[in-house]
Amino acid sequence: MNNLLVFPVLLPLVTAVILFFFKEKIKLQRILSLISSLLSVITALVLTGRIHSEGILTLNLGGWQAPYGIVFVGDMFSALLVLAASVVGLAVLIYSFGSIGGERERYHYYSFFLFLLVGVNGSFLTGDIFNLFVFFEVMLMSSYALLSLGGTKLQLRETVKYLLINIVSSTLFVAAVAYLYASVGTLNMAHLSMRVAELGQDGVLNVIAILFLIVFGLKAGLFLFFWLPGSYSAPPSAVRALFGALLTKVGVYSIIRIFTLIFYHDPDTTRPWLMFMAAATMILGGLGAVAYKDIPRILNYNVIVSVGFVTFGLVAATGDAINGAVFYLLHDMVAKGLLFILGGLIISASGTDRLKDMGGLIQRYPLLGWMFFILALALVGIPPLSGFPGKLLLIRGGLEEGMIGLSLIGVGSSLLVLYSLIKIFRIGFWGDPQEKQIQKSGALPRAGMAGAAGLLLIVILAGICSEYVYSFVSQAGEVLANPELYIEAVMKE
Amino acid sequence: MELILCVAVGILFSVGVYLILSKSLLKIILGTSLLTHGVHLLVMTMAGLKRGASPILGDNSGSYVDPLPQALILTSIVISFGITAFFFVLAYRTNQTTGTEVTDDREGGEAANE
Repeated sequence: MNNLLVFPVLLPLVTAVILFFFKEKIKLQRILSLISSLLSVITALVLTGRIHSEGILTLNLGGWQAPYGIVFVGDMFSALLVLAASVVGLAVLIYSFGSIGGERERYHYYSFFLFLLVGVNGSFLTGDIFNLFVFFEVMLMSSYALLSLGGTKLQLRETVKYLLINIVSSTLFVAAVAYLYASVGTLNMAHLSMRVAELGQDGVLNVIAILFLIVFGLKAGLFLFFWLPGSYSAPPSAVRALFGALLTKVGVYSIIRIFTLIFYHDPDTTRPWLMFMAAATMILGGLGAVAYKDIPRILNYNVIVSVGFVTFGLVAATGDAINGAVFYLLHDMVAKGLLFILGGLIISASGTDRLKDMGGLIQRYPLLGWMFFILALALVGIPPLSGFPGKLLLIRGGLEEGMIGLSLIGVGSSLLVLYSLIKIFRIGFWGDPQEKQIQKSGALPRAGMAGAAGLLLIVILAGICSEYVYSFVSQAGEVLANPELYIEAVMKE
Repeated sequence: MELILCVAVGILFSVGVYLILSKSLLKIILGTSLLTHGVHLLVMTMAGLKRGASPILGDNSGSYVDPLPQALILTSIVISFGITAFFFVLAYRTNQTTGTEVTDDREGGEAANE
C-alpha cells in the first residue's frame, strides 16, 4: 500500500477542477497550473526514487484486495514514463504561456491540458485493464477538446475524423475486454497474466491478443496511423507538442505492457504481426517525413517513425532490446516534446509553416537554429546525446536475435529522419532570406525558449549520464522481462 | 438465449458500421451510438446470462449474477454518453461554420490546409 502512487493522477485532476472556477483570471490560472505541474514533477521524482530503492509499489484503491478491486501499480517503467510525461507537460505548459493566446486560455485551455495529463498518468499507473480503458477515455476526451478548441474550419474537420477513429477503436477495446473477461474471468493485469499462463495462450486468446494489438495500434499510430498526420496538424503548436510527445506513447506503453505481461506465451503467433507492423511503420513514417515540405507534417511523420522503432525493441525481446526500447521511449517523449516546441517557434519566427517560404533564420535567431541542430543529432542517435544509448541497445538486441532486415530498416529510417530534419535546417535556417520575412521581425516568446532550453538540457544530460539513467532503465527492463516480479508485487497480500 | 443476443449484437454492429460509412454527420453519430450499444450488449452476453438472480451475494442467496459486467457496462455507457454529447456539439458547430452537415471530400485534403 502506498498512497504516493495516486498523486500523479490526483494533482492535475484537482487543479483542473479548481481552474474551472477562475475563468476570467488568466494570470491565476497560469500560476496554479504551473505550481501543479512543478509539484507533479517533484512527485514523479520522489516516486521514481522510492521505486528505485524499494521495488514495485502497489496501491489497492478503496482497500479491496488485488484481484477484486482496482489496483495502481508503480513499477520502474511506469514511474519513468510518469516522470517523462510530467517533465514534458511542464515544458509545454511554459511554452503555452507565450503562444496559446488569450482566447483559448479563457476557454479552459489549462483545465483540458491538466485533464489530459490525468489520463496519461493514470494509464501508466493502473494495473487493471478496464481502468486502463477509462483513463484512455479521459485522455482522449480532453484531446478532443484541445483539438477543437478555437473552432477553425480545419480544426473542426480534423476533430470529426479523430473523434470517429477513436470511438471505433474504443468500441473495439471494450469488445476485446469483454472477450478477455469471458475467456479468463478477470480484469486485473497481474491476475490476467496468471490465468493466461494456466490456460495456455491458444487460439481464442491469440485472437484477443491481436484485437488488442489493433486497438492499441490505432491509438499509438503503429501501422494504423492514417489519421495521425492530418489530425496532429490542425491544433496550435503547443497542443501539437503535447499530442506528439504524449498521446501515441500511451498506446505504445499499452502494447509493451500487454505483450510482456499477459500475451507473451506464444511469440510464434504474435511476433510476425508486431514485426510487420514495426517494419511498415518505420518505412512509411520515414518516407512520409521525407516527402512533405511543411513543418507540421514532417514532424508528425517523425512521431510515427519512433513508434515503429520502439516496437522493434518489443519484437526482438532480448534483455538489451527491451532496455533499449524503454530508454528510447523515454528519450523520445522528451525529444519529441522539444521538437514540436522548436517547430512551433520556427513557425512563429518565420510566419509560415511552408519550407519554401522560409530561409535565413540563422542570422536572426542563431540560438534557435543551433538548438534545432543539436536536437536533430539527438533524434538520429549521435553520441553523446540521449538518442544514442537507446538506439545502440535496440540495434544490438535486434542483431543478437538475427533480425538483420529489421535492424537495417531501423538504421535506414534513422537516416530518413536525419534527412527530413536537416532539410528544415538547411532551407529554414541557411537558405536565402525571403522578402516577406525581413519586414516581419520580432523577439521569440521568451517562455517558449525557456521551456525548450530546459528540455534540451535534459536531452544532453541524459545522453552524457547515460550510465546513471541506464541503472533506472535496466530496473524497468528487468520487470518487463520477468512478469513474475510484477505478479508477485500485486498479488502479495 | 446467448445465440439470439449474439445475432442482435451482430445486427447492431453491422447497422452501426453502415451508418458510419454514410456521408451525413448525423447518421455517423447515430452509427457510433448503435456501435456502442452493440458492444454493451456484447459485454453482457459474454459474461454469461442467468435468469432470476440479483447481483448480490448474501447469506441465503442460492444463485447470483456476476455484477462486474454490469459495472463495466454502466461505466462504458457514461463514457459513450459524454462522447456522443460532444460529437453532437461538434457536428452542430461544424454545421454553423461550414453551412452543411454532409462530410464531403471535395474541399478536404491539402487544399483546405492553405
